[in-house]
Amino acid sequence: MTPAPTVGMAIPEREHGCDVVQQMLYNASLWNGHRIHFDTPYATEVEGYPGLVVAGPLIGDWLHQVVDEWLGEAGAITGISYSNRVAAFVGETITAGGTVTDFDPETGEVTIDVHVKNDRGEVLAPGVITARLEK
Amino acid sequence: MSGLLSEHVLSYIGRQSEPRREIATRRDIRKYAVATNNRQSKYLNGDVAPPLFHLHLFWEVVPLSELSPDGVSIDTLLPKFPLEKAMAGGLEITYHRPIKPGDWLTATRTLTDIYEKSGRSGALIFYEVLMEVRDDAGNPVVSEKTTRILR
Repeated sequence: MTPAPTVGMAIPEREHGCDVVQQMLYNASLWNGHRIHFDTPYATEVEGYPGLVVAGPLIGDWLHQVVDEWLGEAGAITGISYSNRVAAFVGETITAGGTVTDFDPETGEVTIDVHVKNDRGEVLAPGVITARLEK
Repeated sequence: MSGLLSEHVLSYIGRQSEPRREIATRRDIRKYAVATNNRQSKYLNGDVAPPLFHLHLFWEVVPLSELSPDGVSIDTLLPKFPLEKAMAGGLEITYHRPIKPGDWLTATRTLTDIYEKSGRSGALIFYEVLMEVRDDAGNPVVSEKTTRILR
């Protein structure tokens, strides 16, 4: 991780394409059989969604990843608080990012406001991640 | 308190699931890392599990015949609520230590709260489930509080 965190610093963003094969592999990996993630006629005609819904916890994973990649071997995530507010759909491009809001060089504890946005700029999932840097 | 939540529904507060014990394997970690678009080699090689891997480890594995028609497994910890349309939920997670291949872990889920609030478009029901993941020595590994909202 370079450079050392300062309050107000933006961490590098990461884009994710919401690919249908990835949705299948992700939900299979969890053993999640919810049709809205893989059954297009069901998602659109029965549930009324504009397309296949990206799994909520996958968006949560992307919140973690944007911080975890930035930390690299310099530290580890100790906690997160987030909520899923707006759905994402297969075919969209979404972007994860964050801003450092607190850093204590004594303890190595860093707090980052994180978010995932869609390509219309809507925040799908806001959250706060805490991490501890190795001294 | 308005009358939405009956004594019967509220009596579910404090209910706990049977503890479930699972092993983290390198192959499962690798599959999870690939499926989440992870690009750090320590996870892709399965040397250590990424955060949130406990979701994979403890998602309920139920027979096909027990899934609801939309493919969802029914959470037996919960009562039948008078409102059923799920809205956005939130998570609060504390990571006590990383999960590695070969770790045997046990998860216990507790329904810790049920309450109602009035929202702009009517009544809302909130419920909270705490999942504690511990290792065989009893040390905490992950603590997760999920809050779900029904309208």
